[in-house]
Amino acid sequence: MDTFLQIVANGLMLGGLFAIVAVGLTLIFGIVKVINFAHGEFLMVGMYLTFLLSTGMDVHPYLTAAAVAPALFVLGALTQRLLIQPLMSARDEHVQIFATVGLSTALMNLALLVFGADIANTPAHGVRSQVMLGEVRILTGQLWVFGAAILLVIGLQLFMKKTRTGRAIRATAQNRAAARLMGINDKFIYILTFGLGAACVGLGSSLIAPLYPTSPTIGTYFVLIAFVCVVLGGLGSIPGAFFGALVIGLVDALSGFYIGSDLREAVVFTIFLLILILKPSGLFGTRMNLSHVSP
Amino acid sequence: MLEVKNVDAGYGSTVILQDISLHVEPGEVVTIVGANGAGKTTLLRTISGLVKPRTGAITFEGKDITKLEAHDTVDRGITLIPEGRQLFPDMTVRDNLLMGAYCRHARDYQDDTLHEVLELFPRLRERLDQHASSLSGGEQQMVAIARGMMARPKILMFDEPSLGLAPIIVSQVFEVIAQVAATGTTVLIVEQNVFHTLKAADRGYVLENGRMVLSDDADALLQNDHVRQAYLGI
Repeated sequence: MDTFLQIVANGLMLGGLFAIVAVGLTLIFGIVKVINFAHGEFLMVGMYLTFLLSTGMDVHPYLTAAAVAPALFVLGALTQRLLIQPLMSARDEHVQIFATVGLSTALMNLALLVFGADIANTPAHGVRSQVMLGEVRILTGQLWVFGAAILLVIGLQLFMKKTRTGRAIRATAQNRAAARLMGINDKFIYILTFGLGAACVGLGSSLIAPLYPTSPTIGTYFVLIAFVCVVLGGLGSIPGAFFGALVIGLVDALSGFYIGSDLREAVVFTIFLLILILKPSGLFGTRMNLSHVSP
Repeated sequence: MLEVKNVDAGYGSTVILQDISLHVEPGEVVTIVGANGAGKTTLLRTISGLVKPRTGAITFEGKDITKLEAHDTVDRGITLIPEGRQLFPDMTVRDNLLMGAYCRHARDYQDDTLHEVLELFPRLRERLDQHASSLSGGEQQMVAIARGMMARPKILMFDEPSLGLAPIIVSQVFEVIAQVAATGTTVLIVEQNVFHTLKAADRGYVLENGRMVLSDDADALLQNDHVRQAYLGI
């Protein structure tokens, strides 16, 4: 029983980690309608920035989030403005997807050029120490990640529901032409949203860096899992991405222990395929197309 | 107030509007009538900046607005209530109305305007917390009009406000338009429902195949032989 509880705890903590990557991905998809394949590389860039800032200035890696999240906001906003927006008139959304795949490869190789293939270890500053919750052992860093993921989801939901800008973002996603007729600058909304989605993963990268070694390919692993979480939760749903991430974290941990650690990803991606076949709208997705009202 | 001069416009290689000129003076109710496909919707979309004219000029209150984006014309006081309502389906009626007051000059008054608009549409008060997609067609049209009024526009443009509505609802919609005009807001209506619209308007234009073929006082157009034969079936 203790082992089981420990594995469930590990799974939930892992889920929190996936969630903090998945939230930005689902935000960008839900609003801008672009699948950002470079999201994992945004995480990688954020982790390197955290590594550089925390070692260079000898500060706690969490504190670097104050610089890393804004930096990633700029990276995301520039991606939308310089890469996606010129392709939006192409009328073929596949072009935009390929563009983000290209950006992903470019960033990965840029990191390889700058940092080499060796891993970079961000100093832990105590976040790898364990705490006991009853019989269960958890890294303090994992608890911070989990708490941050919850706050991020709640914060984003409040922002989207209660602020004028948040409402404008939702309106643009639901009916772009009507949003323009309300005086909303749709291009600006897309730039802002892409920036916000990237800033979310920027925040995540400062929390993840002291737990995982940073390498140019670190993003690939996280982003694939994050896609599964996003699809499970329902594309574009922020709470969906969070709960999807918890489920995938649990599945990952439980299957790793009871089925075999080599087969964890096989189980996760089998579930991914099953969702796509059986319930493509996911757990929280209402419908795929939000752009019309019935007459 | 609003002046469209020799405008050509269309989509891609298709030319829809040719050499269109019209003017609307403050406080007027002006209508553009014409058959389906005549270019009425394109004309309103061109004025609001969703479609860019190829040639010609559009001025509003003496300033050139030909090249402005849609979100900028709203800030100048031009609001379009689009064809088919175009509400935000998964937002509440309240949020839909608040989006109407997004533009700069309406923001600071949004609570007052909401109060005024709900006086005009008492039924919407009960619906404020419902999703827009759960309303009936007539109620959705009322939300669309109310949302347009939330922008506190100087000129309010209606694109086919009666489209797809039951006759009794159509009458209500035209009553509401009369009330909007009575508040001093300038109104430009595009309609296929020629009789109703000319009754409600001061002046009218007749658009056929992308060209203006007639322009006169609304009463005179109701008596015009061509209009009577082609649009009123008399």
